[in-house]
Amino acid sequence: MSTETTPTPGAPGAPAPEASATPGAPSSSRSRWSRLPVVSHLRQSVGLQRGMLISGLVICALVLIAAIFAPLIAPYDYAQLRTPEGAFGAQQPPSAAHIWGTTVGGFDVFSRVIWGARTAVFVIIVAVVMSLFIGVALGLISGYIGGWLDRILVVVADAIYAFPSLLLAIVMTIVISGGQSNVVGGVLAAAISITVVFVPQYFRVVRAETVRLKAEPFVESAQVIGESKFRIITRHIYRNATRNIPLIFTLNSSEAILTLAALGFLGFGIEPTSAAEWGYDLNKALSDVTSGIWWTSVFPGLAIVLTVLGITLVGESMNDLNDPRLRVRRRARGRRRAGAGAGARAKGAAGSSATAPGAAGTSATGSSAATTTKGDLR
Amino acid sequence: MTASVQAPELAEGPVKSPKTRQGSGLGRYILVRFLLIIPTVWILTTLVFFLMRITGDPITAALGGRLTQAQLAERVAAAGYDRPLIVQYFEYMGGLLRGDFGTTLSDNRPVTEVLLTYGAATLELVFFALIVAFLVGVPLGMVAAKFRDRWPDAVLRVLAILGYATPVFFAGLLLKLVFGVMWPVLPVAGRATGNTELLMSGVVGPTGLYLLDALRIGDMDAAGDVLRHAVLPAVALGLLTGGTFLRLVRTNLIGTLGNQYIESGRSRGVSEFRLVTKHAYRPALIPIITVMGMQIALMLAGAVLTETTFEWKGLGFQLAQYLAARDFVAVQGIVVLLAVLVALTNFVVDIIAALIDPRVRY
Repeated sequence: MSTETTPTPGAPGAPAPEASATPGAPSSSRSRWSRLPVVSHLRQSVGLQRGMLISGLVICALVLIAAIFAPLIAPYDYAQLRTPEGAFGAQQPPSAAHIWGTTVGGFDVFSRVIWGARTAVFVIIVAVVMSLFIGVALGLISGYIGGWLDRILVVVADAIYAFPSLLLAIVMTIVISGGQSNVVGGVLAAAISITVVFVPQYFRVVRAETVRLKAEPFVESAQVIGESKFRIITRHIYRNATRNIPLIFTLNSSEAILTLAALGFLGFGIEPTSAAEWGYDLNKALSDVTSGIWWTSVFPGLAIVLTVLGITLVGESMNDLNDPRLRVRRRARGRRRAGAGAGARAKGAAGSSATAPGAAGTSATGSSAATTTKGDLR
Repeated sequence: MTASVQAPELAEGPVKSPKTRQGSGLGRYILVRFLLIIPTVWILTTLVFFLMRITGDPITAALGGRLTQAQLAERVAAAGYDRPLIVQYFEYMGGLLRGDFGTTLSDNRPVTEVLLTYGAATLELVFFALIVAFLVGVPLGMVAAKFRDRWPDAVLRVLAILGYATPVFFAGLLLKLVFGVMWPVLPVAGRATGNTELLMSGVVGPTGLYLLDALRIGDMDAAGDVLRHAVLPAVALGLLTGGTFLRLVRTNLIGTLGNQYIESGRSRGVSEFRLVTKHAYRPALIPIITVMGMQIALMLAGAVLTETTFEWKGLGFQLAQYLAARDFVAVQGIVVLLAVLVALTNFVVDIIAALIDPRVRY
């Protein structure tokens, strides 16, 4: 998609931070910088993994550029049907005026694909940030305080978790927008629907970690010196319980796009006049395909594939780098750094064969492994 | 008294203990898992019911704008949607227990009938897709694990990620484009040709599974027709899950291939092929089976999209139709049924996992 429009600014964009951070920066800021999730992974990676990670980052950067600069890149507006010279016409094959042709509704395909990036990025950000906040907060409270609240939340979260996420998102869109998409509500409704699907995933991971941390000596000593529950949760547990979050974050982002596209494909979500949405365009292209009109479906579809691919490549590489069983061991430095977490994680990974059937999500790695597999499909 | 009752048990305890303890452990586990389905299904149905009713009654949703206010109120009252929500809730749950899912608004059919008619089609699709997923995922996963970090692995992993990144409906569209338009060799819509459909509707005591029905009446042409129609949808849906299987097999095989018994097998001259496909594969299978339940659940959701793409007249296709018609009674019924199916699948998979791996029971 955007590969053809802006290859040059995107390509150096991703590796640049690493290059600028490594040489001259003062050691304290450098160590903080290199501890950031993606950066530390980039530094640890070698060979194929590094290639995957970097190409993922480049694709993500391209999509972001398309989203931010959509008005500049796209020749027309997403809902534009005519120029002063006349109407675009429906189902026009690719030409100089419309490099990717026009849709059955008479929109310019290229413009809608570019504008669609903006919708996708917006939905990802809203959905993932909201579920992050709600899920992490609930997980911390539920895990630390325990009792009946914990039990109820766990049962509800498990029930939602077991539900096919697309169906839940459909139900939620009906609830939020009555199955209709108006100008403001469409995008937001889709985002909120996706949020509801994700909250249990964050909740489970954070809660499991919190329960484990609660018994750690440093939490006990904080209790002994009389710190408030709020302070213990926010100061001592929060940081430790949210270490796996970046990974789930990337997995969920790709799932968010797929869910959004699926909602659009089923005719929900977003009307063409309120925003451009790839899944909706694919739905409209469904009848074109049988008559050999390929450009209305191939381009929006490729946009989805490329975006998900980029995010997944990043997430996948991070996952592999976090898992000591899968890491390519060629660099002594990366190996030493991983040593601390390796034991606990390996144990959790072995235990994850029993993906906590009864008391769901008792082992942190177990439930994050489950999240991974859930993320594998929508 | 109590002591004398307990004594014989204690006496025979040591003799039988290992076996009985194991047996009752598994029995209890199955029972607990089975009982856990009930709250899960209950919560899901309750959740769906209240979520769908927060925004209003189904009749206003379906017909609002097309009828006058008075007509609407009359219809609402006739269907009992003006009563307190809690009364409606208990009525709905009571109906569910009796197998009554309500009546659709758009075409006035019992939802149960809709579920039975179209459920079989969805199951058939999921079954075909699972076969594709296994055929694709397991052997390729073995190859990827064996050639770990070399080029076959790299190619396969990129393909697996591509498979995951491609929405099932886009994969379907591409397949339709290639095998239906550019190189028209396979049918791109429906479960069978008109003639076969007609034949199937005439089968006595139909299972609804076309392939099974066709084989039962011994009509090979019909069976072939059904299979030809199933190829593209099954591949579209199956490739997606196949990519997941590939990655699961790869990850777990890499874990087991590092074990010492593999090394000892190799030193005894066991062939590499056998090491991968037998020695390392079996233990690697356990984690795969445990996530199978979730995969099947997700396949059911994926089937909704695949069916819409290929006009495969199953639950998913109907769901999309009812959604478009804003018939929320039918939507609710289909969603609840799928939720129950998912809960049951998870139960069965948990039991299989427990049978294979005793460590699961705790």
